[in-house]
Amino acid sequence: MSQKLTREPEAAPGRPEPTPSPARPDPKRPGETVFRGFALGAGIAILAILAAVATFLLIQGSPALLADPAALTAKGYGPFLEWVLPYVFGTVWAAVLALAMAVPVAIGIALFISHYAPRRLAQPLGYVIDLLAAVPSVVFGLWGSLMLAPAVRPLFTWLNTNLGFIPLFSGQVSGTGRTIFTAAIVLATMVLPIITSLCREVFLQTPKLHEEAALALGATRWEMVKMSVFPFARPGIIAAVMLGLGRALGETMAVTMVLSGGRNITFQILTSENPNSIAAQIAQNFPEAFGLKTNQLIAAGLVLFLITLVVNMIARWIVARRAAYSGAN
Amino acid sequence: MRIKPIAAAALVTATALAFAGCAANEAPASGGSGSAGGAQTLTGVGSSAQKAAQEKWVADFQTANPNITVNYSPDGSGAGRSAFIAGAANFAGSDRAFKDDEMGAGKFAGCAADSNALNLPVYISPIAVVFNIDGVKDLTLDPATLAGIFAGKITKWNDPAIAKTNPKASLPNAAITAVHRADDSGTTNNFTDTLNKTAPQVWTAAASDTFPADFGGEAATGTSGVIQAVSGGKNTIGYADESQAGDLGKASILVGGKALQPTAEAAAAILDHSQTVPGRDANDLAYALDRTSEGVYPAVLVSYAIVCQTYKDPAVGTLVKSYVGYMASAEGQQAAAQAAGAAPLSSALQAKVKTALDSVK
Repeated sequence: MSQKLTREPEAAPGRPEPTPSPARPDPKRPGETVFRGFALGAGIAILAILAAVATFLLIQGSPALLADPAALTAKGYGPFLEWVLPYVFGTVWAAVLALAMAVPVAIGIALFISHYAPRRLAQPLGYVIDLLAAVPSVVFGLWGSLMLAPAVRPLFTWLNTNLGFIPLFSGQVSGTGRTIFTAAIVLATMVLPIITSLCREVFLQTPKLHEEAALALGATRWEMVKMSVFPFARPGIIAAVMLGLGRALGETMAVTMVLSGGRNITFQILTSENPNSIAAQIAQNFPEAFGLKTNQLIAAGLVLFLITLVVNMIARWIVARRAAYSGAN
Repeated sequence: MRIKPIAAAALVTATALAFAGCAANEAPASGGSGSAGGAQTLTGVGSSAQKAAQEKWVADFQTANPNITVNYSPDGSGAGRSAFIAGAANFAGSDRAFKDDEMGAGKFAGCAADSNALNLPVYISPIAVVFNIDGVKDLTLDPATLAGIFAGKITKWNDPAIAKTNPKASLPNAAITAVHRADDSGTTNNFTDTLNKTAPQVWTAAASDTFPADFGGEAATGTSGVIQAVSGGKNTIGYADESQAGDLGKASILVGGKALQPTAEAAAAILDHSQTVPGRDANDLAYALDRTSEGVYPAVLVSYAIVCQTYKDPAVGTLVKSYVGYMASAEGQQAAAQAAGAAPLSSALQAKVKTALDSVK
């Protein structure tokens, strides 16, 4: 793949050439001023909202962060770091498991829609995938706890008996199937549409010239995808995965309903004792919490906020680093 | 999604405060007892175990007294107690009475300066140990075995300790999945208290709203979550309000050689066998539950209405007297039994609560 080829077709075919925007609003055209003000306001609003959320979490969570560990043992849930660590682990672990399952499938579906499926099939399939994104998480939670958990239990038993020597599948198999593996399957289903939709869009953006060039050189279809689509789409895929990760990290209702969450840090994914996620922990305990316990839960929310922030910053960084030679922008 | 419950809680607190304010402002205008003045509002905060019963009581009471609005927020026992201390609630619903060091004249913002609080039992519910085992219909467990199962020390259904009390059952050679509440709850508090009192050698942790993390086991959210995990799983056992147990098998607990089922009578009997906490006002009906006496089903949740001896505002006292009086009346207890599956207070206890309420000013 030569650099020269990558650079060539910037605007997608069929799109109008963007008109150059004026440096300052034209007094004769009030629409310009209004639109400029609106866009600026919207930009500021998102920053203000983010700042407000962070401030709220800081103010409400600080009593727990500043409190004496002894006070937290007596009136809260115990010393903060020790208390929150299993949940941090559970949050990240469940999300990672979910992504490990969702990403290959999502890329497969997206590729199928963009490069393999006949046009008549591709379009409806795209709609169906988008529809999946519209299913409320509480419905996924119900499905996960009532249908999926009992259904996957035999599979868990089989994995444990035959592959139990792998630490991941060791331990005492849960009698209900409500393990972190089940929760991760539900999460994977939930993030699948997001990743698929974005990947599909990115794959479709691959310059036709690249693909035809690859095919002209005698590449098979898979080689063409490998040579021209993937390098072009890599930052887009990463961005899609990170968006999916963001949703998986913050997902509350489905995890609350599906996961048997405790406070242990373990890599076993088939047992009854799983680390809970931060969001589920807050949702489960907030109704009965009061005093320092409330502050402690909100402080856990702050930790979750920071985790998502860091994840998104890493994603931005990766995208920016790759953008230079991929031709994505 | 993360913000929502917080916003809801804030709204509830705000309305609770607003209503408390209303009551304080309006009460002098509406005059003393029995006067058919303007609308009056009574605010209660507390136990979510009482939720179903409170909804029924509120509906019945407001139908009989159209001028009075009763608001009960089932925010949890702890929230109820702190709202009562702060004077934000006229009465609290709580799954435990105030402890000795929490009691004392002048500690409660809504009460007169020289007034202590009164703990009145109004809601009793047996906690059933529910199970779902292939081919087993009846299960009898002695307290030590029950504690061993939930502490993760007994892990197989065909363990000799279980087989000993169930000679007729064909117990499978399968792992036990013990399901507990993932969220803090009064049910967990009373259940862990039962295990701690009846099998202290096995259950070394004190009673607590949070299930002890060290003991492991499966966690599920809410009573419905536990019931669903037990019925959806295999070879499972859990604990839940008896009224919610549905078709699941309920284990009998072996007390002094007798296998007892969680029935309303067995549950109500615990208060007849228990003494009130010593050193308190004669009208304070905080019970030190005796979970070890013979013939009494030990796992019982007793939930209290906590009121002032003397309210700062006598009009509020009158309202509390009439509403809590209805809760503890024969009629109110019957309504709770039907709506929430609670065990009615014995008539002797109903009379005691009435005497206590008559002293409230």
